[in-house]
Amino acid sequence: MAKVILDNIKKIYPHAKDEDKKKKKKKNNEPEKKTNLQITDEGVVAVQQFSLEIADKEFIVLVGPSGCGKSTTLRMIAGLEKITEGNLYIGDERVNDVAPKDRDIAMVFQNYALYPHMSVYDNMAFSLQNQKKSKEEIDARVREAAEILDITPLLERKPKALSGGQRQRVAIGRAFVRDPKVFLMDEPLSNLDAKLRNQMRAEIIKLREKIDTTFVYVTHDQVEAMTLGDRIVIMKDGFIQQIGTPQEVFNHPQNLFVAGFIGVPQMNLYNNCQLVKDGDTYKVTIMGKEYALTEKQCAALNANGVDSQEITVGVRPVHVAVSQDANAGISANVEVTEMMGSELHIHMTSGEQKTIAVVPIDYNTDEVIEQHSTVAFDFKAVHMHLFSNETGMNLI
Amino acid sequence: MGINFEKNSDFKNRLIIFVILFAAAIVVVIPYIWMISNSFKTTMETLMDPNHLLPQTPTLEGYERVLTGSPFFKWLGNSIIVTCTNTIIILFTSTIVGYVFSRFQFKGKEFLFAMLMFTMMVPAQVTMITTFLIIDGIGLYDSLLALIIPSFVNVFGIYLCKQFCDEIPKELIESAQIDGAGNFKIYWKIVVPQLRPCIGALAIFTFLEYWNDYLNPLIYLSSTERMTLPLALSYFSTQHSTDLSATMAAAALIMIPAAVVFLIFQKQFIKGISMTGMK
Ligand SMILES: Nc1ncnc2c1ncn2[C@@H]1O[C@H](COP(=O)(O)OP(=O)(O)O)[C@@H](O)[C@H]1O
Ligand SMILES: [Mg+2]
Repeated sequence: MAKVILDNIKKIYPHAKDEDKKKKKKKNNEPEKKTNLQITDEGVVAVQQFSLEIADKEFIVLVGPSGCGKSTTLRMIAGLEKITEGNLYIGDERVNDVAPKDRDIAMVFQNYALYPHMSVYDNMAFSLQNQKKSKEEIDARVREAAEILDITPLLERKPKALSGGQRQRVAIGRAFVRDPKVFLMDEPLSNLDAKLRNQMRAEIIKLREKIDTTFVYVTHDQVEAMTLGDRIVIMKDGFIQQIGTPQEVFNHPQNLFVAGFIGVPQMNLYNNCQLVKDGDTYKVTIMGKEYALTEKQCAALNANGVDSQEITVGVRPVHVAVSQDANAGISANVEVTEMMGSELHIHMTSGEQKTIAVVPIDYNTDEVIEQHSTVAFDFKAVHMHLFSNETGMNLI
Repeated sequence: MGINFEKNSDFKNRLIIFVILFAAAIVVVIPYIWMISNSFKTTMETLMDPNHLLPQTPTLEGYERVLTGSPFFKWLGNSIIVTCTNTIIILFTSTIVGYVFSRFQFKGKEFLFAMLMFTMMVPAQVTMITTFLIIDGIGLYDSLLALIIPSFVNVFGIYLCKQFCDEIPKELIESAQIDGAGNFKIYWKIVVPQLRPCIGALAIFTFLEYWNDYLNPLIYLSSTERMTLPLALSYFSTQHSTDLSATMAAAALIMIPAAVVFLIFQKQFIKGISMTGMK
C-alpha cells in the first residue's frame, strides 16, 4: 500500500561483450526481437523519459509490443535492474539504491519461478520466514491465502506435480501472502492456454478487491490491459506513448501507434486525406468523399491552430456502416466476411485501401452481405480520429 | 528378410560389444579378486602357490595381524578425519565460489577465473616443493592439518559448480531476492538444493581422492600414529620382506568405506556426470 513515482527514468543496457552475446543467442533460440530502440555509445536504451505517478492502490498496466521495455521498467521498480537515470519512489522513500529484499514488494514472474525443491506450502512461507514472522502467523497466512486461491489441497505438493494453471495460482499465492506495498506481475497469464487465461483474468480482478494494494501489471495483450487496468501505460521502443484510463486510450488515442494498438479489430486508417480549413470550420476528404467535421472537432482544431494539410483519418470498425446500395458512400469490394456470433466482421477493399467493419447481425432482415459483392461503407464525422501525417500525433 | 538381416547384424554388434566389455571388466576386476583372495591366504601360500584363485587353506591371520598387531583404528580415524574434513570444506568452498563466479559481476572477474583455470593445468608436482616448504615453515609437518589446509580450495570443484549454477534459472534467484532473502540465504536455501547432483558427484570425487591419497601423506607425515590408511599399507613391508597377507587384508578393509560412499551417492553421481555431459 503505497504510491509509486517514476520520475524521468532511463535504462541503458551496456553493450554486451561478444562472447556473452553468442552465449545468449545459443541459449534462447527465440527470434531476434524487432525493435527500434535507441542505441548510444553506452549501450541500448531500453527505457527513457519514463515518468508516471502511480496512486496508492491503483492498478497500472504496462502494455506494448514485445521488446518495448515493459519488463525492464517493472524490474527497475523491483530493484532487479539498476536505474541508469531518474528517480524512483515507493511511498515517500527514494529507493533507487535500495536492494530488492528491502523494498517490500512482491513479484509474479512469467515462468512462475517457484522453488522446485520446496513444497507449495514452503514456497509460500519463504518470504514470511525471511521476515522472521512467528510460525503460527506464517501458518495462518499461508492457509488463508491458499484458501482464497483455492490451492489448499496442493499445499504439500512440489511444483513439479502441478499443472500450469495451478503453478500460476501458487505463484500468485506466494506473492499474495506477503501483503506487499506493491504487487508486480510480468505477463503472468501468457503461459496459459486461452480458456485458462480468461478464467485467471477474472480471478485477478476478484483478487484485487481482496489484496487492496498497488499493482503494476505487464502484458503485451491489449485485452488484458483494457480489462484489468485502472490506467494503462502504452509503450513502444522504450518511450511511453500514452497514459490513460481504458476509455481514454480507446476513445482518444494520442497517436497513430496507440490507435492501431488498442482495439480489435484494428482501427481503420486512411492515410491520404485532405483536411481543409475554411474560416472557422474544417472539412476532410476521404477517398473522394467530403465530410464536414463537427462543431466540437472544429473548435478543438482551431484551439490547436491546425492548418489545412494532408492527414491520416482513423475510424473504428464498429463505427463503419455498410450498405448494399453501392452509391450510399465509399464503394468497396467485400473480400471476406467472418461470422462472430452476434456480429459480422466484413473485410473490404477499395483499391489498395482496406477497411474492416463490425456490424451487428440482424436475423430479422434477409439483407445478406455476400462475399465478393460490391458494397458501400460510410461513417460519421464524429467518430473520426485525425492524425498528423508528419508527427503521427492526434490533432485534437 | 531385410528385418532378419538387420536383427542378425544387430545381434552380432551386441555380441562384439559384450565380448569387449566383458574382457575389459575381467581385466578391471581380477586385481580386486586376487587381492581379496590373497587376504585369506598365508603369505607362504601366496608366494609358493600363486596359481590357485581360491585359498587352499583359508585363514584370517592377515586380518588378525592388521586389526590387532597395528594401530589400524588410529589410522582409520586419521583417514576419516582428513577425508571427511576435506570433502566437507571442498563442497562448501566449491559451491559458494562457483555461485559467486556464476552470478555476481565484479571487476577482474574474468581474469580471476582464468587464473583459477590456469592453475588446473599445472601439475601438482610442480608446486610440491614450495607447498612443502610452506607447510614445514608454519610448523605443520607431521600433522594431519598438513593434509587439510592445502585442500581448502579445489579448482575443478569450483569449475563444476559454476557450470551447474549457470543452469539455474535467474528468476529463481531474483524471486528469492524479492522474497527478502539475503545473499547467503539464497545460496544456502535456493542454490545448494539445486546443485544436489553436482554436489553428489563432487562428494564422490573428493572423498575418493583423499581416501586413496598416498603421495601427500607420504610427503607430510612421518610418525606411525599420524599415518592415514593408504600410507599404512607400507607398514607391513620391511626392507627384507613383505607381509603380503596383512597387506592384502588391510587393502581389502580400506576399500570398504570407499565402496559404501560410492553406493550412497551413486545415483546423484551418475546424474551429475550425465548432466555435465549434456550441456
Ligand atoms: N539484460 C539485458 N541486456 C541487454 N539488453 C536487454 C537486456 N534485457 C532486455 N534487453 C533489451 O531491452 C529491450 C526491452 O526489453 P524488455 O523490457 O524485456 O521488453 P518487453 O518486456 O517489453 O518485451 C529489448 O530490446 C531487449 O532486447
Ligand atoms: Mg517482457
